[in-house]
Amino acid sequence: MKRFARLFAELDQTTKTNAKVAALAQYFREADDSDKLWTIALLSHKRPRRTVTTTLLREWAAEAAGIPDWLFEEAYPIVGDLAETIALILPPANWASDKTLSDWIEIVKALQGVDDQEKKRHILAAWQTLDRTERFLFNKIITGGFRIGVSQKLMTRALAQATGIDEPLLAHRLMGDWTPDTINFDDLVLADNPGENLSRPYPFYLAHPLESEIEDLGQPDDWSAEHKWDGIRGQIIIRGGELYVWSRGEELVTDRFPEFTAFKDLLPDGTVLDGEILPWRDDRPLGFQTLQTRINRKTVSKKLLSEAPVVFKAYDLLETGGDDIRAKPFASRRRALETLIGENDIGGTLRLSPLVEFDAWDDLISEREKSRDVGSEGLMLKRKESPYLAGRKKGDWWKWKVNPLTVDAVMIYAQSGHGRRANLFTDLTFAVWNGNELVPFTKAYSGLTDTEFNELTRWVRKNTLERFGPVRSVKAEHVFEIAFEGIQKSRRHKSGIALRFPRIHRWRRDKPVNEANSLADLEALLPEGEPTS
Amino acid sequence: MALLEFTDKGIHCPQAGVYLDPWKPVDRALITHGHSDHARPGHAHYLATNAAAPVIRHRLDVDVETVEFGEKRTINGVEFSFHPAGHIIGSAQIRVSYRGEVWVFTGDYKCEPDGLTETFEPVRCHTLITECTFGLPVFNWQPQSEVFGEINAWWRANAAEGKASVIGAYSLGKAQRVLAGVDESIGPIFTHGAVEATNAVLREQGIGLPNTTHIVPGISREIFPGSLVIAPPSALGSAWMRRLGPSSTAVASGWMALRGVRRRRAADRGFVLSDHVDWQQLNDAVRESGAERVFVTHGYTSVFRRWLETQGYDARIVQTDFEGENLDADAREELVSETASTGGNSP
Repeated sequence: MKRFARLFAELDQTTKTNAKVAALAQYFREADDSDKLWTIALLSHKRPRRTVTTTLLREWAAEAAGIPDWLFEEAYPIVGDLAETIALILPPANWASDKTLSDWIEIVKALQGVDDQEKKRHILAAWQTLDRTERFLFNKIITGGFRIGVSQKLMTRALAQATGIDEPLLAHRLMGDWTPDTINFDDLVLADNPGENLSRPYPFYLAHPLESEIEDLGQPDDWSAEHKWDGIRGQIIIRGGELYVWSRGEELVTDRFPEFTAFKDLLPDGTVLDGEILPWRDDRPLGFQTLQTRINRKTVSKKLLSEAPVVFKAYDLLETGGDDIRAKPFASRRRALETLIGENDIGGTLRLSPLVEFDAWDDLISEREKSRDVGSEGLMLKRKESPYLAGRKKGDWWKWKVNPLTVDAVMIYAQSGHGRRANLFTDLTFAVWNGNELVPFTKAYSGLTDTEFNELTRWVRKNTLERFGPVRSVKAEHVFEIAFEGIQKSRRHKSGIALRFPRIHRWRRDKPVNEANSLADLEALLPEGEPTS
Repeated sequence: MALLEFTDKGIHCPQAGVYLDPWKPVDRALITHGHSDHARPGHAHYLATNAAAPVIRHRLDVDVETVEFGEKRTINGVEFSFHPAGHIIGSAQIRVSYRGEVWVFTGDYKCEPDGLTETFEPVRCHTLITECTFGLPVFNWQPQSEVFGEINAWWRANAAEGKASVIGAYSLGKAQRVLAGVDESIGPIFTHGAVEATNAVLREQGIGLPNTTHIVPGISREIFPGSLVIAPPSALGSAWMRRLGPSSTAVASGWMALRGVRRRRAADRGFVLSDHVDWQQLNDAVRESGAERVFVTHGYTSVFRRWLETQGYDARIVQTDFEGENLDADAREELVSETASTGGNSP
């Protein structure tokens, strides 16, 4: 664990990408195979099965620190991370240990099925043996969510440096649903033909936001355009008579979308589609809010299926007849996709994402303006000659979103942030007028500079009206312009509406409170005929 | 009439007609220490300790009447005395006593001796007014020697790579603490103007500090590799840094205990070094004061108040304008004091 803790400290101590990659590459040269494998797994958001609940961890940590549970719970949101809170709150360790990362992971895994008293004994013993950093990492292994400022991309680059294997090839090898229990380091990373893993997805190709004027892209002829759908990016794989649905977060979500089961009989074996999982009814997308009701359900009820039906909007073909065709130009992949879907009657659940016809850039500019009417977020621009690359690459694919909607709102509650914003009031609640009353309608956390958050924090401290636990109500004095991508009716919100991606656009110091917008102004922005979710 | 009351100008003693660290102009102000949220301009009379006064004069350009630590001053029957708070050189807790009733206002304080400031002394009282900047059980400082071990190791490693080590430390207090704590044998130590101006005031009053060289415009960048540079946090990442050549940066603050806050500062390293009490010290200090009633001011007041209540204290929150160890307030004040020092506004 000492070597892994040193790696963590090195990664955590620098903000420079090259230094991070160098530290990781050095680690991949030095650590033993099982530690390397686990490190790759943890940095790919794979962790051992949870054997201890966080409730128990919190209880035991509070007890070991000699503080009541409520005090632990007050401290936790300020630190913002459970593993770190526990590491900080415990008294210093009594002794040290030479156990490796994999040794500790085996200890955690062995707690499966053990009774709580026995679990407690093992966990307390671990805490008393590990120093603060090691303890934090140990807790992270149990609780998951290993975010240490190293993306999968950086990890892959470092592994490429340490092994001499080509980076895109490595990225593909590391995809899929392997775990350190089902594979060893050699087979995963080094083997030429890395197993016959039928479920293995391709790395997604991600677009950058368009940075320049559209005209700067060159000849309109060289480009394809389509609408940008606001759903979940997905990859559908049909291999060996089975269907696999992957989300962009590299999560296997096949069971959550039973609508797609039929694809395996309708599409030929050896097919991989890239597209968008989209809630859909009456020939238009339902808002993202609708999809949200399904995302985290492992089993999908009939009711949910009828309330939030989904389709798959396919926009690319990555594999056909078992051949990886990612190196072919987009235009040719697209033609093959059209043929494939055109030939198969899928009953409306599998749809092509239609291309937008255009001759001049001006055509696209006006098409983009219609995005909200057709329920899209804007346009996607893809160079006809572009291969399907791995990861976020500039140059060939651009996303060109519509400008956000905005509303002027009054700040009425403030709460301090957590983690990196623990000492600032950054979680703000905003309200609009409904008659003489201010109705809260959204929270927003981002969009102000650190300097502005500092100023606001000082103001909140001096203008607190009431405290409700960590939340403070403040004088209705400041108006902010709130930007958002979409708006929907919602029964779950007091105001009756829900926003998509709300954030603070600017501080309207020039606006008095009585000139903020009203609930009626917001309701006027609702798309017509949309059902309440 | 309470012995001390909380007004919109600050902590007021109506019987004596004085204020403790007031934030609006008053006639008579008793000042715990020179940080800008405690020593503000505009009062008619200032009273502080001998050791704290020179910096206050330098920063505010005012006359300051002084007392020794422990010396008693009686104003209209109320007895006032200043006791070491261990926060920065000269910093004091103020004891207020009248007809057998004793209150203590801690100002900012820390209990661990640092070898430079006068060591904190617990003062018995009936009512304690305490800060709780770090009043959460997640704040537990390592011994200072360990932190300086880390700072020295970082400095040595940078020196080996031919880099300067630039540490962001508040010019009054933290800068001198770093200076007095590091291993001088590693290399030369340079200072930013704001730090050097404060160093000069402290040396003038007889405080022994290691030798430092003030970085003046036009200084050759060839002398920086291997050195330690002490600068206000606001200088980190500013154009001022360019003259130093290749460097590694660090911030020294209690907030660096939180990984999230550490990552928000775009510095290479964060060292957990605070001039305020941590959770354990805060609890010890409250207990050793013997107070039955505790007012908590800046920091995690609502949590700490509730905790004190479960421990059997009569605990209340007071809203004040004090800011504790605010990373960004530090930055703001540095700008003020640098303007003052470059404007020739010396005592």
